[in-house]
Amino acid sequence: MLRLALALSLLALAPAARAQIAIQTETSPGGVPFWLVEEDALPFIALEIFWKGGASLEPGEIRGATNLMMATLEEGSGDMDAQAFQAAREDLAASFGFDAYDDSVAVSARVLTENRDEALDLLRQAITDPAFAPADVDRVRGQVLAGLARDEVTPNRIAGDAFWSMAFPDHPYGSNMDGTVETVSALTPDDLRAVKDMVLTRERVSVGIVGDITAAEAGPMIDALLGGLPATAPPLPAAAEYALEGGVEVIPFETPQSVAIFGQPAPSRDDPDFFAAYVLNHILGGGSFESRLMDEVREQRGLTYGIGTNILNRDQADIWIGSVASANDRIAEAIEVTREVWADIAETGVTEAELEEAKTYLTGEYPLRFDGNGPIAEILAGMQYQGLPASYVTDRNSYIEAVTMADIRRVAAEWLDAEALQFVVVGQPEGLEEAE
Amino acid sequence: MPLRQLCLACAFAGAGAAPLAAQGTGDDDVTTFTLDNGMEVVVIEDHRAPVVVHMVWYRTGSADEPPGVSGVAHFLEHLLFKATDDMEAGEFSATVAANGGTDNAFTSYDYTAYFQRVAADRLPLMMEMEADRMNDLALTAEDIETERNVILEERNQRVENNAGALAGEQISAAQYLNHRYGQPVIGWQHEMQALQMDDVLDFYELYYSPNNAVLVVAGDVDPAEVRQLAEETYGAIPAEDQLPERFRSQEPPQRAERRVIFDDPRISQPYVRRGYLAPERDAGAQEEAAALTVLAQVLGGSSFTSVLSEKLVFEQPLALFAGAWYSGLSLDATTFGVSVAPLPGVPLAEAEAALDAALAEFLEEGVTEDQLERIRVQLRASEIYGRDDVEGRAREYGAALTSGLTVGDVQAWPDILEAVTAEDVMTAARRVFDRDNAVTAYVLPDRAALEAPPAMAPTLGQPAAPAGLAPPARVPGPTPAEAPDEAGAPAEVPVDAAGTMDTPATMDTPTTMEGDDPADPAPDSPADTTDTEGN
Repeated sequence: MLRLALALSLLALAPAARAQIAIQTETSPGGVPFWLVEEDALPFIALEIFWKGGASLEPGEIRGATNLMMATLEEGSGDMDAQAFQAAREDLAASFGFDAYDDSVAVSARVLTENRDEALDLLRQAITDPAFAPADVDRVRGQVLAGLARDEVTPNRIAGDAFWSMAFPDHPYGSNMDGTVETVSALTPDDLRAVKDMVLTRERVSVGIVGDITAAEAGPMIDALLGGLPATAPPLPAAAEYALEGGVEVIPFETPQSVAIFGQPAPSRDDPDFFAAYVLNHILGGGSFESRLMDEVREQRGLTYGIGTNILNRDQADIWIGSVASANDRIAEAIEVTREVWADIAETGVTEAELEEAKTYLTGEYPLRFDGNGPIAEILAGMQYQGLPASYVTDRNSYIEAVTMADIRRVAAEWLDAEALQFVVVGQPEGLEEAE
Repeated sequence: MPLRQLCLACAFAGAGAAPLAAQGTGDDDVTTFTLDNGMEVVVIEDHRAPVVVHMVWYRTGSADEPPGVSGVAHFLEHLLFKATDDMEAGEFSATVAANGGTDNAFTSYDYTAYFQRVAADRLPLMMEMEADRMNDLALTAEDIETERNVILEERNQRVENNAGALAGEQISAAQYLNHRYGQPVIGWQHEMQALQMDDVLDFYELYYSPNNAVLVVAGDVDPAEVRQLAEETYGAIPAEDQLPERFRSQEPPQRAERRVIFDDPRISQPYVRRGYLAPERDAGAQEEAAALTVLAQVLGGSSFTSVLSEKLVFEQPLALFAGAWYSGLSLDATTFGVSVAPLPGVPLAEAEAALDAALAEFLEEGVTEDQLERIRVQLRASEIYGRDDVEGRAREYGAALTSGLTVGDVQAWPDILEAVTAEDVMTAARRVFDRDNAVTAYVLPDRAALEAPPAMAPTLGQPAAPAGLAPPARVPGPTPAEAPDEAGAPAEVPVDAAGTMDTPATMDTPTTMEGDDPADPAPDSPADTTDTEGN
């Protein structure tokens, strides 16, 4: 059932490869939409649930509440304390994941068929009736604070936090969703309950299920799991205004290798040029060894171990972002070469060979993602989250194939702007001119 | 970039049902055989998706390096992506990518491995190319110069910029008195800077040969077809008759505990970590390693229910984290580790004393049947979950077969684990907790914090007991794939997906240089989760 129909020919000129999996798009008796792929080869199911909203919904004065709340869901429920809850989970050999992000929160689970109902009832308790016992909240708070302390001495985090705070000074994106020492220290169990009712609801929920279960069984299972959550969620935050105009910001930090994060605006997921930009990014810095940046900065000059770029489509902002790390006496050159590549592609585009190779890779790689219950469940939930139809799985490669050289040239000229590229460098860079 | 089409087009055509000399195996979807030139082959069938993972593992890692050239095994791994007599530099990966696949490589103490993940019908091309670079590498002086800079930047990124990794290097160097496991896989910086073409070629010519390699093919494949392809590609390469017997200088009896104090302002969370020299899994003799594996689970497998968490995090809240780890997958003597990261305000000496007391109590109290049963339940489940990850299964076989084990050992392992008794666990614990075999490390931002009682104070006569390291097992982070924790404790996955119970052996010291590839292109914090489907 996971079998994908692949039709790759050797090398370039490959026709669009197709992924075909039997996705059932269903709605539970209680009205929760879910997508299912039946796969009975192994006696377990993988379940992935995303809720749109996430940490950006929380008020600034309780920054970090969503993160702490999600981390504390596994710390006991009802009359079970943390250790009793975890012992029960371990006895069922179930695994649960609870994650918080800026735009969403996620719950994932892997449960054995033999005790599926029991395991999911435990998960239900965690998300509907968490204990948030003060001692457990304090213990997890200690872990979060340790993480914040580590961030302060981790160059990548320092650079990332600085970039986002400069880019979005007036939006939740501009602050670390883990919170600050002050806000996290002040969070109470009531704050966690309040924020839970904002981010974990029956609204804006995307459910993906893969495993040996039928739609008839899955519907009531989902209702039982989510039925106790509030029916509605608060409105999503407003779009984020990008505030950077390009330049270099240096944050001094004693370490031998400078870390740079760089970015500029990018097209949104709904932009008609999105796929052209996606292919362009692959050529620029998305495709590991084959990208222009890897070739120029690493392969030709040995300036770094890795450089990459990514189009980051968040719900309220779209950023073309990248990172590179080089020894303090070499980072200036790495940045200069990066800017040159950026400008060169904006001006002259890419070669026919680069475009063909990117399309062949992207269309060939896509079906390979569908290889296991866990990965497929995540893809199902992700597609719903993004508002894509189930047919996207079979149509997606045609969008890549449709990108023309004219599209690439237009998008490169319109979007890529070396002057607008903002670098944030953490370390002790030598010979780097700071410019606003 | 010109992509050369290696002609293997109709390799599958006519691949009849050649009878397989498969050795007996417990797992009915695993087939093994050996080519005439000595190359061992493992085929794992998983027909759920038309995908294949193709891996070649060499029984050679950093611990096989001669003195003075630490890092050469890993350097060579990078250089295998350069030109051969048939392919241009970079063409290998470009060809894989143009076929919609991904490829990479990794180096550890005991092995070096190369792999591609592609649509199953591309397997012939992968085998052709991988066989080509086994024998026909054509390096230039410029490759050496440029790529040496790349590995130095890799060391910067993984180690020099990561104080926890720097600490790990010092601890490993103190752990081994005579074995190459004390040298970092990536190499010492000063020796990396001096690596030359000859160092690389000497290593390549001696060790990269079919009789020193294991082929693992996993996915939607027919073993008979794999065999025919393997004979046509790898089978054409002659065996290396100079291949030496695999031997590294071994540890003498260790007679003195070593103590390491590492301070660096970039350490945000202080911790105590202790490693005891411990036996590894050996072919046909995995029982003690199995008992140690279970012991590590009992002590540190769960951050909620394990003994050390129970005693140090919950009963007398003194630690943010307490853990234990052990990996038996190692050609020579490995380590059993314990660690504790104290709560703010608790001195490391007090944390260490509490850890030692907890271990002493454990040796008195023993392990309960409940604890063992919980671990067995998870072990059995991991066999099921592990089947969902065909690449994980391929890695399990590859790592085992290059670490002195056989296919039979891999397949017997779950039953051996299951058979471990409470008495086995306690016997193994009493043997392994020998402070003369141990390194105890204090890792902290500033040694001034150690104040009056000298940390080097004699500890003779203390009850055997370990300490642990490692940061919050699960600090909720913004990114799904967070950078390795500074102190690098195995997270709370008690049983890994591949069906073994080995925790990631390696704390933070990068014992495996995963990927010749760049780290993740998406920067740490800006990463997001919901682009999973992406585009």
